[in-house]
Amino acid sequence: MFDADPLFLSRLQFAFTISFHILFPAFTIGLAAWLVVLEALWLRTGRQVYRDLVVLWTKVFAISFGMGVVSGVVLSYQFGTNWSRLTDIGGNVLGPLLSYEVMTAFFLEASFLGIMLFGRDRVPGPVHFAATAVVALGTLISAFWILAANSWMHTPAGYEIRDGIVYVTDWFKVVFNPSFPYRLTHMVAAAYLTTAFVIAAIGAWYHLKQRHDAHARVMIGMALSVFAWLAPLQIFIGDEHGLNVAKYQPAKLAAMEGHWESDQPAPLLLFAWPDEAAERNRLEIGIPNLASLIITHDLYGTFPGLKDFAPADRPSVPIVFWAFRVMVGLGLLMAFAGLAGAWLWYRGRLFETGWYLRLLVAMGPAGFIAVLAGWITAEVGRQPWVVHGVLRTADAVSPVPGGSVLTSLALFVLVYGVVFGAGVYYIARLIQGGFNDEPLRPTPDESTDGDALQRPMAAAE
Amino acid sequence: MVEHLPIILPLIWAVILALAVFMYVLLDGFDLGLGILFPLAPSHEARDQMMISVAPVWDGNETWLVLGGAGLLAAFPQAYSVMLPALYIPLILMLIGLILRGVAFEFRFRASTSRWLWDVAFCAGSVTAAFMQGVSLGAFIQGFTVVDRAFAGGAFDWLTPFALFCGLAVLAGYALLAAGWLIIKAEDAVLDWAYRCARSALIAVAAALVIVSLWTPLQHPAIALRWFAWPNILMLSPVPLAAALTVLAAWRALAARSTYLPFLLAVVLFVLAYAGLGISLFPYIVPPSVSIWDAAADPKSQIFLLYGTVPLLPIVLAYTAYNYYVFRGKTSAHGGYH
Repeated sequence: MFDADPLFLSRLQFAFTISFHILFPAFTIGLAAWLVVLEALWLRTGRQVYRDLVVLWTKVFAISFGMGVVSGVVLSYQFGTNWSRLTDIGGNVLGPLLSYEVMTAFFLEASFLGIMLFGRDRVPGPVHFAATAVVALGTLISAFWILAANSWMHTPAGYEIRDGIVYVTDWFKVVFNPSFPYRLTHMVAAAYLTTAFVIAAIGAWYHLKQRHDAHARVMIGMALSVFAWLAPLQIFIGDEHGLNVAKYQPAKLAAMEGHWESDQPAPLLLFAWPDEAAERNRLEIGIPNLASLIITHDLYGTFPGLKDFAPADRPSVPIVFWAFRVMVGLGLLMAFAGLAGAWLWYRGRLFETGWYLRLLVAMGPAGFIAVLAGWITAEVGRQPWVVHGVLRTADAVSPVPGGSVLTSLALFVLVYGVVFGAGVYYIARLIQGGFNDEPLRPTPDESTDGDALQRPMAAAE
Repeated sequence: MVEHLPIILPLIWAVILALAVFMYVLLDGFDLGLGILFPLAPSHEARDQMMISVAPVWDGNETWLVLGGAGLLAAFPQAYSVMLPALYIPLILMLIGLILRGVAFEFRFRASTSRWLWDVAFCAGSVTAAFMQGVSLGAFIQGFTVVDRAFAGGAFDWLTPFALFCGLAVLAGYALLAAGWLIIKAEDAVLDWAYRCARSALIAVAAALVIVSLWTPLQHPAIALRWFAWPNILMLSPVPLAAALTVLAAWRALAARSTYLPFLLAVVLFVLAYAGLGISLFPYIVPPSVSIWDAAADPKSQIFLLYGTVPLLPIVLAYTAYNYYVFRGKTSAHGGYH
């Protein structure tokens, strides 16, 4: 393992840097949208509580977004530094998609972020609101392009191969490839859920600590009014996505289900230890025929098992199997939290039910873990392919010595460790500090007059 | 027309990418340069002022680097696939530097006892990123070993005295841009300091330009031939002459304590150096062997992206300009949302 194999190390480095990166978009896509709503509420009602929430969460957004930006720049270069065979062979497809992401999303986000964070006293209220909305829109456009590129790698379409190089025959089919609509919906919903559970957790924490009662109620209420319906809906979206996987990536689906034999109906496994050497599961606990019902809509339906694929064409079964279960388990828990919260709210007991508020606090990181588990399922499940059926991961790696990759991996682990630790610490300190008793701000209409221009925007330090 | 597309499209894309990379060098140049000047700053307040002057714009500036990378992949995938592995170590170090300085913008204002740590991160990150960009530029001029569409050289091919000197030259150039930017943005004691920095940086840049200009033709006979063969030497002589005049004009602008001229003349110097680079290397995108036509993406891919780029790039430039307009004028030390 320590013979500095550039393929293994490059995979490890990519997995590490992209896992680190995805945490931030997963959070900031939803947070930006929430800030837009909060700012609209503030502009409309002038209530101080909205204003306070905008100020505090904009700071959290700034830290998270900054970490997302710097870790994202790494990825746009890592395709070339570590996977140059992929970019040579697939550049005709991937290059334009990534470039469109930069031109339609990154510039929007980066430019209007400046106004969003620092421009409150330099532009009129509605312009500031518009800047915030544009940043939120930018995060969604970014998701559109990057998921189009990623989905194409799972379910390539609209291309032909000549002399070993991929050429596009139909751009519409490339962008709207078979898994793209499912992946985009699933990921955007996941991002909103991630943010909603963080906000609910902080709100519940304030409430349990008996701090900032008005703010806590707004946070819990607004978060719940998203995840109460979105978490159950996400189960449905995920199921639809799973059927898409069954159709286009049967080996991945078989690994997700721990399903070896194609001639038998499959149970829904709650627990198992897939043994790849013996080509069977150990310690199986499952509900008979349920996986067959979910995937084929027939209790006795059959679908391809892992043994239908040569061992060299299978993904790592235990990783995919367990990552999938972590994601689904958390998804079910989130749906439960949504439905239970809606019920308690309807009964007027939401803010008095201690166990539920403590559950919300505990579920603060649930979205992040589910997003990571989901991506591990998707990406490890695509192996041994980097572009499904077109290019194997082993054939995509750059001609770079293992020693270089080992060094860069060590540097990334070190630097990301420091940056992540510091970022989480500063966010925790902001949350811990809560809302200070600022004097009332001028209403949005007044904030353009000369007097308001002189005032520093906040006195948080 | 259609049969000429494979000839014309790579030229168009070479121009667009050259513009994107130049925008990057110019814009991130001055904010990386602030990190280079950071340890020399006269006071704590001066450092705050420097940070606040670019806090609203640095992210947009850095986005041009992402466009450069993604655009290279889109328009010339073979060039991207050869040069990135070839420059593995300098590029990774550049990225690490950009991470450290990027997070410092937020973290520095959040920290209390550990602020010095983020000051160090901002400075070290900026210096590393700028130096590694210069080293990569030097390695690019030196050229890459390409066999069968792929990089076939060693992990340390880039590590030569010439490339290291290019790293120093870029440090000097970015410091000059930063000093010019500070002259526009700063007040009082910081302003005086910025003028002094600009003068030292201008001397360093002039020296670096002369040395790199003489050293570059030695890298390849083809480059020497392009500059010194008759009648090229006559037609191209305005480039170095204009550079010399620009240095003189900048020196006088600093003496006269102009506000905008030092920055603008620094930009002119960068334009001239950039033009010189283009003259030396055209039409090779992976010197010395792979031309923009060899490395070009399929015309269908280049056209697909061109349809969007033609309307989008001017829009990007317009709202980038608007962003600078919103944050125009002198930076107060108490600005920002912190």
